[in-house]
Order: sequence, then structure tokens, then C-alpha cells
Amino acid sequence: MIQLKNIHRYFQVGEQTVHALNDITLTINKGEYVSVMGPSGSGKSTLLNVIALLDKPSSGSYLLNNLNVIQRSDDELAKVRRENLGFVFQFFHLIPRLSAAENVEMPMILAGVAVKERKQRVADALASVNLQDRSSHRPDQLSGGQLQRVAIARAMIMRPEILLADEPTGNLDSKSGIEIIELLENLNQQGVTLVIITHDQTLGDRAPRQIRIVDGQIAY
Amino acid sequence: MLFKDTLAQAFGAISAQRLRAALIILAMAIGVASVIVLTTLGESARSYIVNEFEALGTHLVIVLPGRNETTGGHPPLFGETPRDLTLDDAEALFRSHHIAAVAPLTIGSAPVSTQGLERETNIFGSTYALRRVRHLMMAQGSFLPKMDVNKALSVCVIGQTIREQLFADQPALGQWLRINDRRFLVIGVLASEGQSIGVDFDEMVIIPVASAQALFDTHSLFRILIEAKSKQSMYQAVDEITGIIKARHEGEDDITIITQDSVVSTFDKILTALTLTVVSIAGISLVVAGVLVMNVMLVSVTQRTAEVGLLKALGATQRQLHWLFLTEAAMLSLAGALLGIALGLVCITILTTLYPDFPVQLPVWALLAALAVSLFTGLLFGVLPARKAAKLNPVVALGKR
Repeated sequence: MIQLKNIHRYFQVGEQTVHALNDITLTINKGEYVSVMGPSGSGKSTLLNVIALLDKPSSGSYLLNNLNVIQRSDDELAKVRRENLGFVFQFFHLIPRLSAAENVEMPMILAGVAVKERKQRVADALASVNLQDRSSHRPDQLSGGQLQRVAIARAMIMRPEILLADEPTGNLDSKSGIEIIELLENLNQQGVTLVIITHDQTLGDRAPRQIRIVDGQIAY
Repeated sequence: MLFKDTLAQAFGAISAQRLRAALIILAMAIGVASVIVLTTLGESARSYIVNEFEALGTHLVIVLPGRNETTGGHPPLFGETPRDLTLDDAEALFRSHHIAAVAPLTIGSAPVSTQGLERETNIFGSTYALRRVRHLMMAQGSFLPKMDVNKALSVCVIGQTIREQLFADQPALGQWLRINDRRFLVIGVLASEGQSIGVDFDEMVIIPVASAQALFDTHSLFRILIEAKSKQSMYQAVDEITGIIKARHEGEDDITIITQDSVVSTFDKILTALTLTVVSIAGISLVVAGVLVMNVMLVSVTQRTAEVGLLKALGATQRQLHWLFLTEAAMLSLAGALLGIALGLVCITILTTLYPDFPVQLPVWALLAALAVSLFTGLLFGVLPARKAAKLNPVVALGKR
């Protein structure tokens, strides 16, 4: 499913070259539940961005569903992202002027799904995260846990096979954090590949497979 | 992404920034309105003048004494004044087959008085043919009688303003009017013409040409107005007039002939150029509005960096983002253009109400051009911000909150 081989990523910061990812080789299979942990600055976010096709590695190969995604144009990558990947962010990243339903609808708008089908799928998605009565609320009228549930509904609306979560509970109280994690794990049990980035050890320990990143390298 | 959704998303983004959108629309509207109003004024002035001239008769030929031309060499010395045009010259022109009417003209200024009321006004000395050549209408009485041009009859025809001022509460017909020290019998009153190019017939007193020459002690004519039989024969008439006068002036070609259509086309050209100049100046305000649209859109892109990053993460292509922001700019411009048109129409309506005599007309092409130009500027200046949004790096963009 996700096959990374000898991935390097360099950043130019002023005069210095930062070696954010140093020879990462990693395979994640379909349906796996993986946590990526490491101290801040270790390169775990860069790794997620590379897996998410938001960032291009400086060298190395990356096969996503056996599709070589290294030498692709931005627009091709956008389509691959749209169909294969769902994102959950630490800061939710909901569009403030849109209602919960409209935020969830956005990926389908970009994909050009017909209006009628969109409404139905949005209603189903919001119901699956228990927010059917909050669909017309705007983000500033929702609590943190509710915001993250909207974000999860949005991430899953295109029915991607992979769900990438970057510190999904980082901005939540522990009770909502647990709710969100259980929601994500529930999706994993339905067959979605789940990759969670966290620096929270107890959270990371819940995953059957744990990857530690230190100084841009996978530590075994 | 469906077109309808692009429109809806762009509209949503605009409505989230009401005040800013309103200001930019206002700026665009002022630009569009000024273009429309100025084009309308220019066009109206042009058609007003062209119509006025055409109302004088489309095949009018005007003969002036003296030759207007630019030649090299020394400037003419004093004493080289051209020969005057005389009544005999005017009469001789009847020999041309292409001429329908000849109205010799002498103009002077003199005090006119009656029963203690006096004012200074312009005196036209002419013949009955003037009425035909200038398409004059009578309100009362009759025009100058058809008679020998050399005969100095003491009759006059007066304009409406003169009648009101000198014969306010009494019939003017049959009254005596004193011009200088001569008395003239009022035999007719001209119908009011409103404003007319060059001469205001409402303030005019018309007397037989021979009387005017006696009054002003001159033998020369100010000019000769000629109506050709048709538009086609006008140029032959011009040739014949030149020939006849040349023969009478010892072979000297010392007159200037102006044809109606050359005057019309000259005015047409001048006023068109003037309109274009004024409209170009107004167009600058449209460009300024375009820059404002660009500024607003750049701010919008900067403020929505995180949103753009998110859209990219959700699978928006560069083309989609491009169109999203371009649509936003186009919508702002279009709204500005429509408001501007409405504003312009209001201004024009006010002008029409204030100056009902002035024929204000809004040319359709100006309307369409203003609309097109504002949309074009909006899109043109929207390209840069849209490109900026589309090219944003999603990782960096998502990092901004």
C-alpha cells in the first residue's frame, strides 16, 4: 500500500542544510494501524507530509497502491490525494465561514460530485460522527471535540483507504481526545489504514505497530 | 469541480468580507459610472452639433470673401485684402443650374428701439431666400417679400426674444421698429428655434439686404448662403460658383467655399476625438479600480493561506484554485460594473431633468464597453493573486493559521 524506499528530505534553512529525513525505508500495509512517534523536530511531520504527497522527497522512491508518485505533477498528486488520502490535523483546519456540512462537503465539491449525492453523503457522514444536529453550525459555534469530528467526517467523505492524522488530539482535552481516538480506531476496524502522528506515548502505545523517529531516522 | 460550485464558493468568500467587497465594488462603480457619463456627454454633444448642422440643410454651401489657405513665402502685406463679395456677385450665381436658392448676407449690430425701449442686437440683411436656406419658421406674419435684391424696403422680421422685450404686451405686427435712425415696419415674427448653432435667431432682426447695406453703409456681403439642388449637385455647384466668381473678380480665385458636409464631418471628428480623450481619462479610474481589485485579492489570498493549503490537501488542483480566485475577482468587477451602470444612468437621468433641451443619449456600445473593460481589468488584475494562491506550497500554507 505505502512503500517508501531510501527517502531523503533536505531543507535549506539559511546557510544550513537540514537533513529532515535520512534514508527512510518503510512499508505500511492495507488496514494497518500505525503510530509514528518522536520528539519535536525529529522529522515525523515531514514524514507525514511526504506520505500525504504534500511534500516531495529530495530522493528515494514512493509507491502508493503500486503507483509511482515521485515524478508527478502537482495536479496529478492533487487527484491522488483526493481519492486515496484523508487528513485530520491538530488544528482542525475547518473553513471558518462554512457550516459543518459545507466543510464536510468540500472534498466532493472539488471532485465534482453531483449536488444530490453530496447532500446524502454529507448527512450520512455527519451522522456517523454523531453530529447530525450540528450540520448548519459554523466552526466558531462548535467545541474542539466537535470540530475534530467534523474534520474526520470530511476526511472520510471521499472514502479514502488511508487516513493520516497529525496530532489529532493535540488540541483537545483528554475526554474528547479519547473520543476522537476511539472514532479513528473504529474506522481502522472497518478496514481503513490509519497512520497517527503523536508525541503522546500513551496514545502511541495503543497502535499495534509503533514507529519511532529520531533525527530523521527510524529507530528500532 | 462544477461551475455552479465555483460560483457559489467565490460568492461565499466575498460575502464573508462584506465591507471590503462593498468598497472595492464602489471603486469599480465610480470608474464605470464616470466612463458612461462622460461617453454619453461626449456622444450627445457630437450628435447634437451634427444634427444642428444637418438641420440647416444637408446641401448648404457657404461662400466667404477672401481665400483661406496656407502657402509658403512671405506673409501678405497690408492692402492685399481680398475683393469684397457684392450683391451683383450673388445675383450672378443664379446662372448655375445646380443652385436652388441664394441668400446674400450682411450682418451688423445696431440699437433697435420702439416706444422708449431700446436694445442693441444683431441685424441680418438678407432676402426671402434666407428662409428657405436656413429653414426658418414663422410664428406670425410673413417673411421678407420676394423682390428685387437692390430694393431697400423698410420692413423687418424679428425673433421671439426681441418681440418679448420690445413688444411685451402688444401685437408686434404692424408696429414700427427703429433701427439706428431708420424706421422699419414689423411684418413677421420668427418661431422660436431654441438654441441654434452659431446664430441665435431669437435675438435677430432681419431686414432686406439692400436696407442693411444702406444702414451699415457698406457694399460688401458678409457671406452668401447657397442651397444646392441636391446633395449630388453640390460639388458641381461648388465648381460653378468658383468659376462664376473668378470670372467676375478678374480671374482671381479669392473666395472660400465651405460645404455643409465638410463642416459636419470636421465637427464630427473633433468631437469624437474629444469624447475619446475624456473617456480615456475616465478609463484611468477603471485601471485604478483594477489595481484595487488586485490589492484586495492579494490580501484575500494572504488571509486565506491556510484555507488554500487545506483545499490543496483536500485535492484541489492549481487550475481549480486559479478559477476560484479569478471568479471572485470577476464577481467583484461585475458587481462594480453593474452598480456603475446604475449610477451612471442615475447621473444621466438627473442631467436630462436639469437640461431637458440637451439631447442626452447613452450609446449602447459605451455601456457594453464599460462592462467589458471593467470585467477585463478585474480578470487581468485577478490573475496575479489567483496565480499566487494556486502556487502556494501546501505544507507551508497549512502551517499558517
